[in-house]
Amino acid sequence: MSTETLSNAERNARASAMSALKENLRDYGLVIALILIMLFFQYFTGGVLFKPVNLTNIVLQNSYIIIMALGMLLVIVAGHIDLSVGSVSGFVGAIAAVLMVQYHMNPFLAGLICLIAGGVIGASQGYWIAYLKIPSFIVTLAGMLVFKGLALWLLGGMSVGPFPREFQLLSAGFIPDVIGPITIGATKLHSTTLVIGVAIVAAMLYFSLRSRRSRESHGYEAEPFSLFVVKNLIISAVVLFLITMMASYKGLPNVLIVMGLLIAIFVFLTKRMTIGRRIYAMGGNVKAAALSGIKTERLTFIVFILMGVLSALAGLIFAARLNTATPKAGLGFELDVIAAVFIGGASMAGGSGQVAGAVIGAFIMGVMNNGMSIMGVNIDWQQVIKGLVLLGAVVFDVYNKNKS
Amino acid sequence: MEKTILEMRGITKTFPGVKALQDVNLEVREGEIHAIVGENGAGKSTLMKVLSGVYPHGTYSGDIHFLGQECRFSGIHDSEKVGIVIIHQELALVPLLSIAENIFLGNEQAHYGVIDWNVVRSRAARLLERVGLREHPDTLITNIGVGKQQLVEIAKALSKEVKLLILDEPTASLSEKDSDALLSLLVDFKQKGIASILISHKLNEVGKVADRITVLRDGKTIETLDAQDISEARIITSMVGRSLDDRFPARTPNIGETIFEVKDWVVHHPQHADRRIVKGVNLSVRKGEVVGIAGLMGAGRTEFAMSVFGKSYGQGISGEVFLHGQKIDTSTVDRAVAHGIAYATEDRKTFGLNLIDHIKHNITIANLDAVSKAGVLDDMRELNAANDYRKKTNIRSSSVYQITGNLSGGNQQKVVLSKWLFSAPDMLILDEPTRGIDVGAKYEIYTIINRLADEGKGVLVISSEMPELLGICDRIYVMNEGRMVGELPAAEASQEKIMRMIVHGEARKAS
Repeated sequence: MSTETLSNAERNARASAMSALKENLRDYGLVIALILIMLFFQYFTGGVLFKPVNLTNIVLQNSYIIIMALGMLLVIVAGHIDLSVGSVSGFVGAIAAVLMVQYHMNPFLAGLICLIAGGVIGASQGYWIAYLKIPSFIVTLAGMLVFKGLALWLLGGMSVGPFPREFQLLSAGFIPDVIGPITIGATKLHSTTLVIGVAIVAAMLYFSLRSRRSRESHGYEAEPFSLFVVKNLIISAVVLFLITMMASYKGLPNVLIVMGLLIAIFVFLTKRMTIGRRIYAMGGNVKAAALSGIKTERLTFIVFILMGVLSALAGLIFAARLNTATPKAGLGFELDVIAAVFIGGASMAGGSGQVAGAVIGAFIMGVMNNGMSIMGVNIDWQQVIKGLVLLGAVVFDVYNKNKS
Repeated sequence: MEKTILEMRGITKTFPGVKALQDVNLEVREGEIHAIVGENGAGKSTLMKVLSGVYPHGTYSGDIHFLGQECRFSGIHDSEKVGIVIIHQELALVPLLSIAENIFLGNEQAHYGVIDWNVVRSRAARLLERVGLREHPDTLITNIGVGKQQLVEIAKALSKEVKLLILDEPTASLSEKDSDALLSLLVDFKQKGIASILISHKLNEVGKVADRITVLRDGKTIETLDAQDISEARIITSMVGRSLDDRFPARTPNIGETIFEVKDWVVHHPQHADRRIVKGVNLSVRKGEVVGIAGLMGAGRTEFAMSVFGKSYGQGISGEVFLHGQKIDTSTVDRAVAHGIAYATEDRKTFGLNLIDHIKHNITIANLDAVSKAGVLDDMRELNAANDYRKKTNIRSSSVYQITGNLSGGNQQKVVLSKWLFSAPDMLILDEPTRGIDVGAKYEIYTIINRLADEGKGVLVISSEMPELLGICDRIYVMNEGRMVGELPAAEASQEKIMRMIVHGEARKAS
């Protein structure tokens, strides 16, 4: 009899592990897809993809897309779209160039002014969308043209550069190795990076363990312990692997620190803050949200201001990376950003989508760009393949939802 | 004896959890005006949807014979082909197209896809003449009034060689003059051999034009009456005649002082600023009291409640709201909620729930401050609160993480109630709290309402089901056409009295 109860308990545990797995299949599926894509290119690029210098490059190349994808996720969850982000980032890059290169303004002050300008631009579009109920597609399509034109006008059709050294560090710099390098075998490792990496992993483990404890202490069933351990082990291993790769090159890029902080803030905002909850409620059913006392107009307005600030930051990073502001900067970024959010599982109808999904979606696009370029795939076919991947991801998603 | 043209036999139609029609029979004779009457939810509209093919053959049981043929419609197209045309209460016209274009919508006068506008205009003009509408066929629908739009719908029906015209509450939004014109048009058609089925709440109209009247109640045919020399009282008795059994949990009311009061409340239509929807309503609710508002659809009850709750309906709103004797500002939803007022909507899917999110998030959304600190949510407090209310309102689900869109109607309604209970209100307005849910779930909702009253809250219930109001309320207001036309203590109220107040209110307006 005791063996029977044991096997029952075992069966229950296994069943709950399976159901927990199924619930998160979408998120895991996305991670697995990213890993498969990376392995695919690792093989077909002859091992170039996972080289430390290339991994660092992937981060640098995609940082501005990921930063805008964070804002775009909120916009899309709120039930809107923003087509102007590419133009806005280009325009803000132009403002930065004029201030720093032509007026020799202090880079920090100029950067601050640019971020504020982004907020004002976001507000100037959000106002029509939130309070006058003009469809966001139309308002931001207009914005896309307006800010592209303004960038062209501001730069007089020319490229303006180079930027001051401090500003370039935003995109080209790495964190200083305050501890000093250590050498293991033939490779020299950036030890500060390693320390930060270990600290991040420790913090992640601490927080997930704490939330698990808290669930248990309130008498709720947490996910099965085996699944919990495996999940955390895999995540820790992946993070440590990537950190080590970076440490063996030049260490953590400054922009990765900025990006990492922003991702953490947006995960917190969407998962743990009332404003995040309200955005999801509004996107899911705007009438029900309004009748629950949510100020839907103000919330929409705030979402577009945030999008504007993030577009501005992305514009600064891109300008610093090129070390020049060009009238063509930002061209077509909005498409990559929106694609990243949809590949990441957000719904066009609003109300659903995750920050992690959008970030992974952006990396999937980024890795494909990088891998195909290394393989020497022509730009024309790159576009075709990226388009099909976007379609495939969304079809897969819709199919899965209909099945359940 | 005239020939029978339509025979519906043994029609039964069920929706998940609700039996909408049960063994319904209907016979319509050649060239007669046949009225169908019954309370809201009696099954009138459902029956007409079965007849017109909106609910296709196979989704109901029973059979339909029209002009000697058995009919198995798979859509509205099939019923129109044999000459049955339905005109819904909500007109199905495209506002930015012309009268002529609307008349021939889906039936364009075209050769190989090329429209012959001369034929369209001349045929439209002839049809407009037949219905007595003096407008140019090129006039846009948006530029003519509701009464004329109704006539366009009828002209459209005539263009399809109609033999049986079904009108669902055709005069609900018409003025007296337009109503009369429409009704005499039906009499005119009768002489030309076109039969009509008229669904109406307005018994005086029915008495004027109908030849026979079929009464539906609770999804069943009660009787078919000859309209000649029959009194309204007789029809009303037939419509409501049922006894109150123990479908309602018992409660001993413990009523205190006035908690909630609305004075001189006026609301105008959100699009038509000159149309008054609520015309100077006064109302009060006391502590521990359950107060009902009875009335027919379109009486302005929901509009009244939503306009009080944060101006969520209409424009040009005036009047005063008092809570605990203090005048309060309810001009936005969050202010109304902060003062302790809650409004649970009649349409939970459109206005009540985020259907793609789970129970927990839906329960806490109206009072996130209670489970957060400085804008940061406390996951455990939220989970505890959600589980607490899930238990209190007896929501049947696997956990609070079940998506609300997958719950049954009764359980969805309990989530809506939980959401408002969690906002800790003193005064709850419940709009059709038991619409579309089964008897068992209804009982549970009544129990919750009783408990709220026992806790000393004020409860205002809007319901179109009169037995429900009689069963759970201490006092009942009767509303009609935007006005309170009566107020009764529940002990003195009866369905007949309420119905008479409504009909009387209308008669008074007519005279």
